[in-house]
This record gives sequence, structure tokens and C-alpha cells, in this order.
Amino acid sequence: MVLLLTGGIVAVALSVGAAITLGPADVSLVNVRDVLLNHLGLADIPVRAVKNAIVWEERLPRALTAAAAGAGLGICGAVMQSLLRNPLADPFLLGISSGASTGAVVIGVLGVGGSVLGLSGGAFIGALLAFALVMLLARLAGGGTDRVILAGVASTQLFSALTSFVIFAFADADETRGVMFWLLGSLEGVRWDDVALCAVVVLVGIALCLAYAHALDAFSFGDEIAASLGIAVARVRLGLLVLTALITATLVSVTGAIGFVGLVLPHAARFLFGPRHAGLIPATALIGAVFMVWVDAVSRVAFQPTPLPVGVGTALVGVPAFVLILVRKRRGQ
Amino acid sequence: MTLQADRVVWHRGGRLVVDEVTLRPAPGTTIGLLGPNGSGKSSLLRLLNGTARPESGVVTLDGAELSSLARRDIARAVAVVSQHADTDVDIRVRDVVRLGRIPHRGSFGTASATRDEEAVADALRHTGLTDKADQRWHTLSGGERQRAHIARALAQEPRELLLDEPTNHLDIRHQLELLSLVSRLPVTSVIALHDLNLAATFCDEVIILERGRAVAAGPPREVLTAELIARVYGVRARVGVDERGRLTVLFEPGPLESSDELTPEDAPPAW
Repeated sequence: MVLLLTGGIVAVALSVGAAITLGPADVSLVNVRDVLLNHLGLADIPVRAVKNAIVWEERLPRALTAAAAGAGLGICGAVMQSLLRNPLADPFLLGISSGASTGAVVIGVLGVGGSVLGLSGGAFIGALLAFALVMLLARLAGGGTDRVILAGVASTQLFSALTSFVIFAFADADETRGVMFWLLGSLEGVRWDDVALCAVVVLVGIALCLAYAHALDAFSFGDEIAASLGIAVARVRLGLLVLTALITATLVSVTGAIGFVGLVLPHAARFLFGPRHAGLIPATALIGAVFMVWVDAVSRVAFQPTPLPVGVGTALVGVPAFVLILVRKRRGQ
Repeated sequence: MTLQADRVVWHRGGRLVVDEVTLRPAPGTTIGLLGPNGSGKSSLLRLLNGTARPESGVVTLDGAELSSLARRDIARAVAVVSQHADTDVDIRVRDVVRLGRIPHRGSFGTASATRDEEAVADALRHTGLTDKADQRWHTLSGGERQRAHIARALAQEPRELLLDEPTNHLDIRHQLELLSLVSRLPVTSVIALHDLNLAATFCDEVIILERGRAVAAGPPREVLTAELIARVYGVRARVGVDERGRLTVLFEPGPLESSDELTPEDAPPAW
């Protein structure tokens, strides 16, 4: 286990390093190493200013944000699937992505409070409002995992419709294209403060999910068994749902709604490392991080100079990979 | 001192499902909860495991009111095998049984990993699942799944075991094996059952529930009479003792004869 974890962390680091070398401007792994050592204050190797800027200001923060987003969306998906006992649950099930998109268009298209909040702030607030609405609806409907899922589906439809309405009624073609691109997930122009925000939120999130790994295991046979195993079911579920909502809302506000990762990578991790959460949470985080770094790098360079929305890339790369795992899994049995 | 219910009352969905039931099992005994569908067996078990709280009356564990205890402290003393506890998770039998160790863990890991593994191995051995420990849940038969749940409950090292119709969907051999296992365990067991013959064979005492009320209680031989079965279940039965001294209940098809038909109002009190 320790070996696998170490291997996973090394894989993330190597992926970030390798992904940085991809792109129109020629950057080598040696350049990457030199720039990193310089900025960490460990060396003073002469590097050309352009390369320094490309590595340090552009590609490194982007790759690190991708890693954080992949890890964060992965664990949120894993937690949601276990808590709601539904293999189709993902971090966006409870209206978070559609709430974020509504928040973003309200600011990006209608211009409400735009100077203070920005697209990201609007998305974050929209996401949390949608989540709060889902929890309220679920509670009014009598609680229970089925009600939570139904309330999530209803709210997702509602906020998607609101988003479309605002775009149709008020947006011009340029605004529409910009918002659509953002909605599909984009890591264009992320900066170091984005990296810091995402990294802190995701790392704290992983730590908290690990602290509740056994509680998550206890949910495998339903609420009644979880309660009989000493879990305060209602409190733990609400707490973990709020945690995933905060992680997801933060990530969506920085990167847009990147689909597929949170839905499918937890399954891949379960196939490879089993269902126990003490292993599943770190495994999902590491697989998610490596996966997102590569998908972002590929989306960045595949159709250059036009970048592909990373959410499109996750599905295009991820579905074949997932099918491969499913088929191999079946042969193994 | 054990898990006791004292005159507990509970309405569920506007219907009175448990009506002033008192339960004081002697430590180490096996208690059968009997009664027709909807008589409140499962509801009483839910009150006993603390997932529901009685509106009046109290459930106590070692004298302390259940609702005043932390869930984990309850889970260290009381284990539950409920109906329909299934999962889509691709989990191995050993990991199912390990779930039983959760109440014995602190927030940051386990008190003793070797102690945990011993308890899991013991539970697997008791239930005859040692050979199946590495099998996956969805490959198990109904009887094996039920045994895995009991192993999980045993790994909890409880003093009290609550089982809700554990013999459902099991063939006769597995029904007998399962109940003889449970009755041999050094714990107090409360079992909701449908089969009166199984109850007569394995339970030290039975409690008959009818529409939420306990209408009879005591050793099966004293309680399970043709009159009571006619009254509570609406079925004609012949109750006898076989040559080896065991109580047997035989059921007759067809409606009750008018002389058997006793409405609850004019029925004599059974106890």
C-alpha cells in the first residue's frame, strides 16, 4: 500500500513534468528541472526568460491545477457514490455544476456584481445555492438517499434551464461561446493563486475523507447497518455531502465543469484497488490527478492553436480507457 | 443488566406499531419475537437498536437510556442483522466481516490490528465461512450472505444480537444451521421469526406480538397453544409434543371453525 502510494505520487510528479514539455513552444525536461530548482531557491541556472515564463507562469500552474482538479473530483465522486449507494452518482449530481453555470452566466452575461465577484465567484455562489436547494428539497421530501438524488436531478434541470434562458435571452454570440467554453471545463489562464486555492481545498478534503474512510465503508450495506456499526448516519452523511459540495464548487469556480472524472475514475480505482475507502480515496485521488494532467496536456496541444475544452478531452480519452479496464476486469474473473 | 425495553410505544406513519411492549431478556438467552406480518416485530427491533426512539417508555442498555448513549458505544454492545441488507459494492467476505470492527476503532485508526484480525478470524470460523473469506459478495448464495452478516455482527463482539427474520429465503438445512449457531452463541439474542416450530426448537422464550401489543410471553411450551395461534394468526393448528419431547406445531388448511374463532375482545387473556 505504501509502495503504491509512493508510486502514485511519483507518477503524478512525472506526469506534471512531462506534460509541461508538451506544446508549441519547445521546452525540455531539463528546462523544467532548471526552472523549478531556480524558483525553489535551490540553484541559479541560467534559463531563457521566455522558457522561464512558459514553464513557471503558464504550464506548471496549469498542470498542478489539473492534478488538483482530477484528484478532487475523483474523491468527491467516490464519496458520493458510497454515501448515496449509487454507482451513477458524481460530484455534479446535486446540482453543483448547473448551479455554477447559472451563477457564471448571471455574472458573465447579465453583469450582476461582475466587478466584485468575477465569473469564478459567481460560479462558486451559484454552486452552493444549488446544493442548498437540493438539500432543502430532499429534506422537505422526507430525506433518504433516493430523495437526495431526485432533488439533485430536479435542481440540475432547473438551473440548466435558467442558464440556457439567460444565454438565449441576453447573450450575444461571443459571450455565448465564452460561457460555453467555460462550462465544458477549461484550464486556460489559471494562475498561482488558483493553484494554491485548489491544492489547499483538495488536500484538506482528502485528509477529511480519509478520517471518515471507515464510516464510508460502513455505508456499503445501507443506513441501518451503518447505524448499527456506530455511525451517526444523518450527521456523517450531511457533513460529507457538504464537504464534497465545497470541494466541487471551488474546483468548478476555477476550472469550469469538468465531467466524467468524478463519475468514472472512482470505478476504475475500485476495480484496481478494491472498495475499502482507506485505499480507495488515495488511489482515486492519484489516478484522477495523473489522468487530468495528461488529458489537459493533450487537449492543449491536439488541435493547436485552438484548445479543446478539457471536459471534452476527459470523455474522449477516458471512455476508451474505462472500457479497457472493464474488459480486462471481466477476463480476470 | 442488559438491553431492555420498558413499556415502549412508537407510531410509524401515523400507525401505532409498538404499543407498550416490555422486554427483559435474561443474559445469554435466545428470545423469539413472533407475530403475523405487520405486528411490530421489525419496529420493536429498531427501537432496541436505537435507530428509532420510542415516544414513551425507554430502551436501556446496562441501565442507561439508549438515546443518551453515543452510537459507537451502542454498537460495541449491540449488533444487528437486518432484512434485505444487500450491496452493489464488489466486496470480499473478509471485508464484510471487517466492517464489524468499525465500532472498535478510534477516529484515527484502530486500537489493535491483531485484535481486529483475531475477531474477524473467529467470526469467520464460527459461521463456517473461513474457506469463503476471499470470495466476493455477489458470488455467495442467500444462506452464505446471511451467514456473512452474522459473522460481521459477531466480529463486533456484541453482548446483544438482534436478528430480523434471519431465516428468510434460506432452505431448511440452512435455517436449522443458522438458528442453532445463533442459539449456541454466548450472547443474548432477540430474533424476529415467522416459523413457530423453529421458535419452539431454538428459543428459550418467545413473545407474541399482535398489532403492536405483546399478547403473550414465556417459554414456547407454555405460550404456543392452539388457542393462541388461532387468535393471533387466524389459523387452525394442532400443537403436540413428539416422542423426543419437542414441541411441534401442525397447521390445518381451511378457515377457522366457529368454535375456534375468537375475536380479540372476547378472548381470554393469554397471560
